[in-house]
Amino acid sequence: MTSLHLRNRPAEAGALTQQQRRRIRQRALLLLKYFVLTGLALLFLFPIAWSFLNSLKTPAESLAVPPTYLPTAIVFDNYAQLEAFGNYGIIGHVENSTIVALLTVVGSLVLSTLGGYGFARFNFPGKNLLFIMVLSTMMIPFQSILIPLFVMLVRFELNDTLIGLALVYITFQLPFGIFLMRNSFLAVPKEIEEAALLDGCSSLSLLYRMMLRLVLPGIVTVAIFAFINSWNEFLAALIFMSDQDKFTLPVFLTLVRSGIYGTVDWGALQAGVIVAIFPCLLVFLLLQRYYINGLIGGAVNN
Amino acid sequence: MTFGLGSLSWEQRRKLTGLLFVLPTVLFVTVFFIIPLAMTVFMSFHDWPLIGEQSWIGTTNYTELANDRQFLKSLDFTFRYTLFVTPPIFILGFILASLVRHQIRFIGIYRTIFFLPVVIGLGVSSLIWVWMLDQRVGIFNKMLLDLDLIAKPQLFLAKPATAMNVIILSVVWKTVGFTMILLLAGLQSIPDELYESADVDGAGYFRKLFYITLPLMRRTIALALILSVIGSVLAFDQFYIITRGGPRNSTISIVYWIFNNSFTYWKMGYGSAMSIVLLGILVALSSIQYYVLRERV
Repeated sequence: MTSLHLRNRPAEAGALTQQQRRRIRQRALLLLKYFVLTGLALLFLFPIAWSFLNSLKTPAESLAVPPTYLPTAIVFDNYAQLEAFGNYGIIGHVENSTIVALLTVVGSLVLSTLGGYGFARFNFPGKNLLFIMVLSTMMIPFQSILIPLFVMLVRFELNDTLIGLALVYITFQLPFGIFLMRNSFLAVPKEIEEAALLDGCSSLSLLYRMMLRLVLPGIVTVAIFAFINSWNEFLAALIFMSDQDKFTLPVFLTLVRSGIYGTVDWGALQAGVIVAIFPCLLVFLLLQRYYINGLIGGAVNN
Repeated sequence: MTFGLGSLSWEQRRKLTGLLFVLPTVLFVTVFFIIPLAMTVFMSFHDWPLIGEQSWIGTTNYTELANDRQFLKSLDFTFRYTLFVTPPIFILGFILASLVRHQIRFIGIYRTIFFLPVVIGLGVSSLIWVWMLDQRVGIFNKMLLDLDLIAKPQLFLAKPATAMNVIILSVVWKTVGFTMILLLAGLQSIPDELYESADVDGAGYFRKLFYITLPLMRRTIALALILSVIGSVLAFDQFYIITRGGPRNSTISIVYWIFNNSFTYWKMGYGSAMSIVLLGILVALSSIQYYVLRERV
């Protein structure tokens, strides 16, 4: 009896300290994890934060060599400076970008909703073939068809027009939009529609009155992607717009970067950068759930 | 109910309605994708200047490509860039995904921060980086000087090797959040029980990594790698903005060389021939993606 008792005690004590030790180790690891995460987060935020801080310096301080770390005074002169570029200043180019982005959002929403509904709920000859045709354009990079697109836009006198650029952007959004909206409609139970159809509701008013509300998450996702992609797109905008007045923001900013008479106004450039990234960050922060889900759904399932 | 449509059966009317719903999409895709695609092939067999007559020249553009030293250099550069930029994006993406995997407090904020650069345009982010890298007003030189790591301001973009490295740094920052999110989704789809039973068996971190995590994430890993490779092969913005193709034309990517030929020298037939080569490369890559993802469904 005693021998058993004696043998058990040290083992019990050992188990307790081991458990405690493990808990302490887990705590330390968690702390270390937060430490690493925070360090990385600061590194990731740095370029954006640094750009923002510099946009608030005085124009003279923005050009200081070597640069200062923190602004000595906070002013918005760099933003005002942006009015000196191009014929309309930055406002005109914010306007261009907004128009193109809105046209792209509306266009891709209308087409993807109609098309997604059509592919999800109707049977017609050639349906699978057409669906594959739309989706297969995902495999072909738009970079490889920019030359004929340019020739076509010139032919129809749509180059140097915001609508021409938007038409191209809408097409780039379609495979993703159709794919996503078709899946959204497929997830809606068929019985809901059948009841309405029996009541004599037309297909279009059914879509408009009932279905749209049910596929709202899909609609929001398509809209965010259309907005962010068209707002940020650079290469096509650079090629299709030769008239400076029609430049979208990213292309306008390369103009700011090339400077006036060889000197680059770095302060104004950073102010412009902040103007260009602000709407995207805002849209993303407000609606990131939709954006991330769309990203994972679109990437994994196609 | 009275005219035209009325004579159709309900079934036939449904067919017609469905067709009408998808018609706008089909029209857009045809006009702005299928026709341009066919035109690229057509144009690649032509001498096609901006102004003046186009003329059929057969395969001359393609034979010329084989002797275009800059084109070969661009191919080589683009592949090297892809080779060098893919591992850091993947490895850092994997580390980040592992770090933010578990639902601990504030983890959502960290995920958001790591993902934030993805929603900024590559063109705009390149404008931030070109400024941070500047030898006079740039923060990198300032910090390296203050830390006594360098004696005088460096021209990061003046040497091909350092230019490549700083571009890679900027692109990793900009895109790693995307890889992180993909891998995170993959990680989270692995059941916790597998790790718990491995713990019972006394498996260490690397055993679990190589025997559970990596094998079960094969599809996700393949997807993340291929998407990152495709993105790198199509790279343009960062070279156009940060290095402007320099130093000594050493950072001209394929898309950049197509852009120069087609829209600076206006040799649009020649540019089309190059586009077809690019398209071939991309279709090959996409087929690999399709094959890998298909295999284990």
